[in-house]
Amino acid sequence: MLDLLRRPRTRSQARAALILLAVLLALLPFLTEAALGRSWVRVLDFALLYVILALGLNIVVGYAGLLDLGYVAFYALGAYLYAWLASPHFGLHLPFWAVLPLGAALAGVFGVLLGAPTLRLRGDYLAIVTLGFGEIIRIFMNNLNAPVNITNGPQGINLIDPVHVAGLSFGKTQQVLGLTLSSAHFYYYLFLAFTLATIFIAYRLQDSRIGRAWVAIREDEVAAAAMGIDTRNVKLLAFAMGALFGGLAGGLFAAFQGFISPESFNLWESILILCMIVLGGMGHIPGVILGALLLTVLPEALRYLGDWQRLVLGEVLVEPTDLRMLLFGAALVLMMIYRPEGLIPSRQRKREFHAEDGVLEQEQASLYDTRT
Amino acid sequence: MDIFIQQLINGLVLGSIYALVALGYTMVYGILELINFAHGEVTMIGAMVALAVIGAIAGSALDLPGLLVVLAGVLVAIPACMLLGFTIEKVAYRPLRRAPRLAPLITAIGVSIVLQNSAMLIWGRQYVSFPPLIPQNSHEILGAHITDLQIFIILLSTLIMAGLWLLVQQSTLGRAMRATAQSKEVAALMGVNVDRVISATFLIGSALAAIAGVMVSAYYGLAHYYMGFMLGLKAFSAAVLGGIGNIAGAMLGGLLLGVIEALGAGYIGDLTGGFLGSHYQDVFAFFVLILVLVFRPSGLLGERVASRA
Repeated sequence: MLDLLRRPRTRSQARAALILLAVLLALLPFLTEAALGRSWVRVLDFALLYVILALGLNIVVGYAGLLDLGYVAFYALGAYLYAWLASPHFGLHLPFWAVLPLGAALAGVFGVLLGAPTLRLRGDYLAIVTLGFGEIIRIFMNNLNAPVNITNGPQGINLIDPVHVAGLSFGKTQQVLGLTLSSAHFYYYLFLAFTLATIFIAYRLQDSRIGRAWVAIREDEVAAAAMGIDTRNVKLLAFAMGALFGGLAGGLFAAFQGFISPESFNLWESILILCMIVLGGMGHIPGVILGALLLTVLPEALRYLGDWQRLVLGEVLVEPTDLRMLLFGAALVLMMIYRPEGLIPSRQRKREFHAEDGVLEQEQASLYDTRT
Repeated sequence: MDIFIQQLINGLVLGSIYALVALGYTMVYGILELINFAHGEVTMIGAMVALAVIGAIAGSALDLPGLLVVLAGVLVAIPACMLLGFTIEKVAYRPLRRAPRLAPLITAIGVSIVLQNSAMLIWGRQYVSFPPLIPQNSHEILGAHITDLQIFIILLSTLIMAGLWLLVQQSTLGRAMRATAQSKEVAALMGVNVDRVISATFLIGSALAAIAGVMVSAYYGLAHYYMGFMLGLKAFSAAVLGGIGNIAGAMLGGLLLGVIEALGAGYIGDLTGGFLGSHYQDVFAFFVLILVLVFRPSGLLGERVASRA
């Protein structure tokens, strides 16, 4: 079916495939609940959230070729802003449609603030500086509870308002049109709407003048500048756009979870999102979506590993959750060595990575950076 | 005033440890232009291995003097880390030497995740404490206290750094390393076995990391599977501060960063009127890193201006 979507033979075939996909997406939470139980509907929600995050980071890393290891800081900013403006913490209860854009905007502003001084740095330096920025934000979130209690420290902020739409609170299970919908179902449709919007924006960006400028900078910054691209501003824009989606996802996360603490925003979260992009195929939207879905669903499936161990060995030797990060790390290494272009790469990138002759190999070496 | 001197001493001790770790980053970066993200974890493994050996000996019936037990731990940790560093380079970095720049960096992150989680599986999530084997004699200088261990850490790291300096400047291997750092191709043409030089660099860096790891765990009395991450980041910041790729720079940067951090943590409360406390200690390294990269990307002693491509 995916193949049909990509290369439809006729117009009506394309329309049929699209309708099929839409029906499938609409029924998915019910099918999942019936087959695997309600906890898996929550997993679906998280998978969608990560698709938004991964697509946001993909703008920075995949399109513009800027390795950002502190992406989670923007996610955290969006989540904390939501918590400040819609929870008993400060006694404010603004509606979500007012808070979400604010969170995204705040993250975007911070993206520019971080990007402005650092974007002239070389790729690997940038990675470390962004990593440091992520840690700084986390340390502040952890400690800004005294003398003025802003973030409530390591305990985090609790009782965050759920999303309300048309008198419906997404926080509890309700009857709608004869269907019993749990909180996880409501958020699935909300997240699905945001995810589809993000995918649409990501495609439009990719084909836009700005998107082509990003790719040009990634491939060869000097040549891009020679073609009249204002590299500094265009890179800043990539940073800000990426941060925007991070902030948006953060707000959604806070509303969905109802509770946030600095622990949700550590470095490994940044790296997890990076893994999704690398695994799926940097810079290629279907690849990134696949990567995000795989890396959210697989760790959940890993939980069954504990049951198998109990069945086969009689006891749980290795906690599956402990194994999760280990496998991610190994996957990163193996992917980089054997399939650096990702599971579903764009056609152009695949050629670059498997170039045989010398000229292309040289091009490949300057994929992200020109060496002097 | 005595607070100032006390923090200065603490900073110098911490700084000499940072310097040892920073040397590992700077040597690898000088030759491969790769941020060896996993170096901090190698330090952690060094501490963990040494503590495992020390714990095993101290727990056994053998009644050896404390310092000898610690020495045994260090002597096992060094070859263990060297083997680890050698393997990491061979398995994870060598196949990617001609790949785009971000590829080996991502592999390095992967290796560091693997090491950290393996350590967690082996030694558990809890803190491992350093048995009280080292006598804690304290001396008074200018109203500040300095322990034997602190003096020992400063002396030993100075000695090691002097030795490394001699090795790099005087020996054949050192000359080969400097040549490889300038240009791998030309060095190879001059008969330098580049692969062997790179392996040697990883071996030396890992040995230093092992020693630094034991020092940190002895100094704080603790070791933890997560300790390598922060330590590695700070040491990397120190290497950048001094000028990455520059060996003297790593030493200077390490000492400076240690002092900045200790003084910063000591005075930040007074400076901000109690708004920010000493738990912001970890933030300093990153601010220093960002400031250096923005205003002087080549670092304090770096001759090669970092390219801004």
